[in-house]
Amino acid sequence: MQIIIFVMAFIEGSFNSSQISFYQPKIKPTVLQFVWSNLHDPLVGPGLMAVSFSRAFKNGCPCSMHHVLSIRDLRKAYGDKVAVDRVSFEVGRGEIVGLLGPNGAGKTTTISMILGVLQPDSGSIHLEGMDLAACRAQALAQTNFAAVYAPLPGNLTVRQNLRVFGMLYGVKGLSERINALIRQFDLEKFRNVKCGVLSSGEQTRVALAKAMLNEPRLLLLDEPTASLDPVAAREIRARIRDFAMSGDGGVLWTTHNMVEVQDVCDRVLFLSHGRIMLEGDPKTLPDKHGQRTLEDLFVAVAREPLTEERL
Amino acid sequence: MTSIYFRPVFAVMLRYFYLLRGAPARWIPIFAWVAIDIVLWGFITKYLNSVTSSGLNFVPAFLGAVLLFDFFTRVMHGVAGVFLEDVWSRSFLNIFASPLTISQYLLGLVVTSTVTSLISLVVMLVLATAAFGLSFFTYGLMLVPFLLILFMFGISLGICTSAVVLRLGPAAEWLVWPVPAIISPFAGVFYPISILPHWMQCVGKLLPLSYVFEGLRTIISGGTVPAASLIMGGGLAATCVVLACWFFKRVFRHAVQTGILARYSAETLS
Repeated sequence: MQIIIFVMAFIEGSFNSSQISFYQPKIKPTVLQFVWSNLHDPLVGPGLMAVSFSRAFKNGCPCSMHHVLSIRDLRKAYGDKVAVDRVSFEVGRGEIVGLLGPNGAGKTTTISMILGVLQPDSGSIHLEGMDLAACRAQALAQTNFAAVYAPLPGNLTVRQNLRVFGMLYGVKGLSERINALIRQFDLEKFRNVKCGVLSSGEQTRVALAKAMLNEPRLLLLDEPTASLDPVAAREIRARIRDFAMSGDGGVLWTTHNMVEVQDVCDRVLFLSHGRIMLEGDPKTLPDKHGQRTLEDLFVAVAREPLTEERL
Repeated sequence: MTSIYFRPVFAVMLRYFYLLRGAPARWIPIFAWVAIDIVLWGFITKYLNSVTSSGLNFVPAFLGAVLLFDFFTRVMHGVAGVFLEDVWSRSFLNIFASPLTISQYLLGLVVTSTVTSLISLVVMLVLATAAFGLSFFTYGLMLVPFLLILFMFGISLGICTSAVVLRLGPAAEWLVWPVPAIISPFAGVFYPISILPHWMQCVGKLLPLSYVFEGLRTIISGGTVPAASLIMGGGLAATCVVLACWFFKRVFRHAVQTGILARYSAETLS
């Protein structure tokens, strides 16, 4: 078995993108790396650094303790078209950050890069302090997502989908976790129903259950309530708030529903033409920019990009 | 640690077995086509035995060759078929945004194909033995290296064609299915490659398959397969596996760099 693992790791091309940490000489963390990464985090002091030291190293990569997601100078261009341009932001623990912007602003490109399915031209992405480029598997194990454009395979039942993805994410106690999520997202009667025959709202609940499978540190949600009725959407928002408040996880949320943003998000980022134009508290941001509502501010930013101003 | 590595591999495998369980139509390629081939060629060989007086027994020569070639085809289509399930269900985003590594994914495809191909092999053996009197004891222990070479080359072509589909988009699916038929004239499945034109012989000698079928004919005619021939076939097959994995990984990296993976269904050839 060990020989097969070694051979497959060799085929992988380099050892640093595999889960098998005992074959990863390139990414062994050093104390210096750890201290250095956390010294740059103003909210992490020496005491907290010491307490979290052992936990930070458990995955074989050094971790920052404050931010679950840290993005620096991210850039992606498709030919001449720059989709994302020098984007930098963080998502903290227990924080729900809204990523807003008009269609084509670069939201999905940003999310694709965080999910590791699109390589940035430059810049860095750190998930739980782990560099996504260097520790892909370990970093992705800390995250999960639900997006309207990424439905689960319709030819598998709800339970089968959750089992397969639970195994892909290495979830321990998987059967209990699946049962808990099926109860939590009110999917009991759809347990053995193929996802393809569920309504869009029911599929969204299954996708959210899948996104919660590994109790991610970073939950990425791309318009998670787009196809839900108001009652279901409210329930989902409440569950995501609970998720952010109860654990060490953070949420990056994209939506076009401004009421939802004000209700749920602690902070919003306005993305336009691939750049972050505004950043701040969704409840106070409109006033600060002379707009009546968040929607008015959204329209203003989308129509006429403001000077970059991050608050 | 070992179980942690193999868990995602089992997930890829489990996904396909759920699909097999849920849709009986998926069993047809595993059972039906190989059974039809054996029945068709079984009767052809019986007929040839009855009308020729050459003394050559066509059953082990032709039917055995069909059986081994079908095994190779099943392995290749098995790997590509499991990959195509992800194309058809548009699962790339969900699968490749998980901690699954490329080596785990490829191993999952291979293990799944191994199981389904072995089922096909058993069906073919039972049918060929029971209905047409083909005895695999004729080939003796040589059958093991023959099957291993076919298996490795099937894997490599399956991975390679999957990479091509990943690179060119879902519309390139049709490229997967005719590959075994395209290479069969060069591989000398039913005839010695010495009867081929020189340039075709050169191509044939680069194919691990040709060493298997040349060896098969040598055994049937009472000869012994040279060890060098088996080593050459095995070496070529192993090289093909390594090159195919490298090719898939390279195509995957390109797909991540250019955005093909993130926008796969749009079939952008950026």
